[in-house]
Amino acid sequence: MSELDEIGFGEEAALLKQQAGRLLAERMPIDRLHAMVAGHDANRSGPPPWDESLWREMVDLGWSALALPESAGGIEMPLTAIAGLMEEIGRAALPGPLLDTLAVSLVLAEVGDTAQPAMTALAGGDAASLAICDRYGAWRAEDLDVEYRDGLLNGRAWHVQELSRVQHFLVAARNGDGLSLFWVDASADGVQLERDDIVDLTRDQGRVVFRNVVAMPLTLQGQSALDAAFPAIWTLLASEMAGASEWLLQTTVEYACTRQQFDRPLGWFQAVKHPLVNLMIKIDETRSLVFEAACAMDDGAEEARDLAHMAKASACDTAAFAANRSVQLHGGIGFTWECFVHVYFKRLLHGRSLWGGAQWHRARLAERVIGPLAA
Amino acid sequence: MSQAQAAFSPEQEDFRTYCRQWLLDNPVGPAPAGMPSGPLEITQSEHMAHLQRWQKKAWEAGLIGCDYPVEYGGQGRQHCQEIANEEMSRAGFPFLPNIVGLGMAAPTILHHASEELKRELLPPIFSGEEIWCQGFSEPGAGSDLANVQATAERKGDKWIINGHKVWTSLAHFSRWMILLARTDRSDKYKGLTYFVAPMFADGITISPLVKITGESGFNEVFFENLEIDDRYRLDEVGTGWQVAMTTLLHERGASGLRTPEVIPQDQGDGGTVDARSLIELARTAQGDGGPAAQDPIYRDRLMQLLIRERAKSAHERRAQVPALQDHPQRLALQNKLLNSELVQDSAALALDMTGSTSTLAQGDANAPDGGLWPYAYMNSFGATIAAGTSEIQRNILGERVLGLPRSK
Ligand SMILES: Cc1cc2nc3c(=O)[nH]c(=O)nc-3n(C[C@H](O)[C@H](O)[C@H](O)COP(=O)(O)OP(=O)(O)OC[C@H]3O[C@@H](n4cnc5c(N)ncnc54)[C@H](O)[C@@H]3O)c2cc1C
Repeated sequence: MSELDEIGFGEEAALLKQQAGRLLAERMPIDRLHAMVAGHDANRSGPPPWDESLWREMVDLGWSALALPESAGGIEMPLTAIAGLMEEIGRAALPGPLLDTLAVSLVLAEVGDTAQPAMTALAGGDAASLAICDRYGAWRAEDLDVEYRDGLLNGRAWHVQELSRVQHFLVAARNGDGLSLFWVDASADGVQLERDDIVDLTRDQGRVVFRNVVAMPLTLQGQSALDAAFPAIWTLLASEMAGASEWLLQTTVEYACTRQQFDRPLGWFQAVKHPLVNLMIKIDETRSLVFEAACAMDDGAEEARDLAHMAKASACDTAAFAANRSVQLHGGIGFTWECFVHVYFKRLLHGRSLWGGAQWHRARLAERVIGPLAA
Repeated sequence: MSQAQAAFSPEQEDFRTYCRQWLLDNPVGPAPAGMPSGPLEITQSEHMAHLQRWQKKAWEAGLIGCDYPVEYGGQGRQHCQEIANEEMSRAGFPFLPNIVGLGMAAPTILHHASEELKRELLPPIFSGEEIWCQGFSEPGAGSDLANVQATAERKGDKWIINGHKVWTSLAHFSRWMILLARTDRSDKYKGLTYFVAPMFADGITISPLVKITGESGFNEVFFENLEIDDRYRLDEVGTGWQVAMTTLLHERGASGLRTPEVIPQDQGDGGTVDARSLIELARTAQGDGGPAAQDPIYRDRLMQLLIRERAKSAHERRAQVPALQDHPQRLALQNKLLNSELVQDSAALALDMTGSTSTLAQGDANAPDGGLWPYAYMNSFGATIAAGTSEIQRNILGERVLGLPRSK
C-alpha cells in the first residue's frame, strides 16, 4: 500500500511543490519582492511591477498548463498536486497570472470542443484571466453588465485579475436570458483596460470595457460551465491563501522568538503564544480541507463542492486572523511600510473577497446541507 | 456525506470483514437501565458488569488490543485497532469501560515495564477483567503535574506510599492504579518515580467526588502506608517524569498506537454531539420566532462548526502525507484540543438555538433531545480540563511545534 496515495498526493506532486518552493525562495525572496512592489522607487501610477521573466520560466516549467487536459497539449496534473504548488505561490506572495490562467483552463475544460483554440493558446504559454464579474464581484447572468447581441459584446467586466499581465480574457456575458462565455484577445478591437487602484501591491486588477467587440460564444451554457469549474478554483485560491498565512505565522513566530521585552522574548508571554497557536490551528484546518477538497475533485466524489466551499470559507477566516495578529504582534514596526508583513496583509485582504468571502461560502454550504432559506 | 475512501491494506480489509461478521453474529441485548453516557461516569456495579462482559467478549474475538503482540494478550496485527474501533462504533457496541487501562496503562506498560509485568498485566487490561485508574493529579499538582507530593519510601524490596490523589476516575472499580510518586524531594522532575499500585491492598481510602453534572465517577484517593513490591516499579527510580510523558502522549491521542475505543455514533436519534445532530435540532429548535435552521446567523454558526468537524477527518488523511507536514507532531498534538473544544462549542450552540427550553434537564419530558445539550455542555468541560487543560495544550503546541520559548 502506498501511503502517499491516501489523498492522491504522490511523488510527482511532492517534487513539484519542492521545486516551486526552491525556485521562488531563490528568485523572489521577500526583500526582493518588497523592493519591487513596495520600494520607494516602485512606480505607483503605472502598471504594478512584476517579474515577467520569472513568469516565462514558470511557463517553460509547464506550471501554467498543469490544469489543461492532455488532449489539448496540457499536463493535466491532479488538483492535489496543483494545490500543493499554489501553497508555495502563496508563501512567496508571487505576483503573476498563474492562478488566473489555471482558473481559465478549468473553465475551458468544462466547455467542450469549441474551447480547443483557446486551450491551444494556453498550451502555447499564453496567460488568461476571468472577466466574468459584475461591479459587486458576482457572476449571475441577470446582474452582468456585459451583454452579447448580434455577434457583438458591449459593457464592462469588473474585478478582472491580472488585467495587463494576460493575453486573453474568458468573458461572461448576458445572452438573452442566459449567460454565455466568450474568448477575447486583450488586444482585440474595441477592448479597453481600466486599472483599479487596489490595496494589494502584488496584483493587477481592473475593468475590461467592451465596445462592439466581435466575438463567437464558446458555450451558451456558461453558467453551468462556471458552476462546474468553480469548486476547483476556490480550492486553489484557498491553498494560495493558506500558504500566505503560513508565511505570516512563521515570520511572526520568528519575531516573537527574537524580540525581547521585560527581559524575555515576546513568545514567552501567553498573550502572544496562544494566538499564534490558534493561527496554526486555523491554517491546518484550511490546508486539510484544501487537500480533502482537491482529492474529492480528482476522484469525482459527490462531496467535492461542499468541501470546496468549506476550504474557501476556512481560508478567508484564517487569512483574516493571520493578517490581524501578524501586524499586532509585530508592534510599532508592524504598522510600518518597511515591515514586510503588510505585503501579505494586503494580498490576503484581496484573496478574502475574491470569488466569495467566508459568509458567502458558508451560506452556499448551508443551502446544500440544511436546505434553502425560505423567502 | 460521502467521503473519498482511504486506502486499506489487505490485512485491514480482511479484518474489517471479520469484525463486521462477528458483530452481526453477536448482537448486544438491551443495556441495564440508567447506563451513563461514557466510562468516566460509571458508578453502579451492574453497569460495570455489563460493560466488562462485552469488553471481554470482544477481546476474546480479537477486536481489542489486536495491534499488541500475542504474548501480551494481543493479536500482533498491523493498524487493525482503528478498523475494529470503526466497526464496533458503527455497530453501536457498548463503550469499553477500561478506558484508563486501554488508553494509558497499556501503552505505558508496553514501553516501560519488565517482560514479566507485561505478560501479567496486559491481558486482563484488554479483557477488561482488571479495571485501571490514573493516580497523577493531587490537590497541589494539576497543570503543574511535576509538583506531585505523594511519597514513595524504600523499605527493603518494598515501597511505602503516603499521600493524597484527586480527580481519580474509576478508582472505585479499579484493581490497579498507574501512580506517580515522589522518591526525592531535592529535585522536582528527577525526584519522581512511576509505579503500578494494587488498589486491592491495605492502606487505601477512596471517597467519591460529585461532578458539575451531578454524576459521580471520580474520587479522592488517600494512601496511608500502602506497600508496593519493587517489581511494580516501571523503569528506574527517578525516571517517573519520562514514563508519565508516555502516558500523557497516549492519553491525548497523539501517538501512533491506536487505543481500543468505541465512539458513540449518531444513530439518527440526535443522541450525539455532532454537526448532523445540530442541524436536525435546528430544524425544530426555536429561539425566538422561526426555527433556527431558517435564521441566517444560526445557519452561519452551524456551518462554522460543520467545517471544523469535517477538517478533523481531513487532518487524519493529510497526516499520512509526509510532504504536507511542516512538523511531525503538528497535527497529532492538536487532536485533544480540537475534539474537546469542538464538542464544547457545539453544545453551546445547541443551548443558544433551543432558547428557553435549553434549561430543561435530562429527565424532563419536554427537554429537547432528552436534555442532552445542557448535559453535554456541562460535561464538555471535563474534556477541556482533564488530560492537560486547553491552556496547557496551547503551551505545548506553541513550545514543541512552533518553537516558542518555554514558559514553565
Ligand atoms: C473529568 C475529569 C477527570 C479526571 N480524571 C483524572 C484521573 O483519572 N486521574 C488524574 O490523575 N487526574 C484526573 N483529572 C485531573 C486533571 O488532570 C486536572 O484537573 C488537570 O490537569 C488540571 O489541573 P487542576 O484541576 O489542578 O487545575 P489548575 O492546574 O489549577 O488550573 C486552573 C486553571 O488555570 C489554568 N492554568 C494552569 N496553569 C497554567 C499555565 N501554565 N498557563 C496557562 N493557564 C494555566 C488552567 O488551564 C485552568 O484553566 C481529571 C479531571 C477531570 C475534569
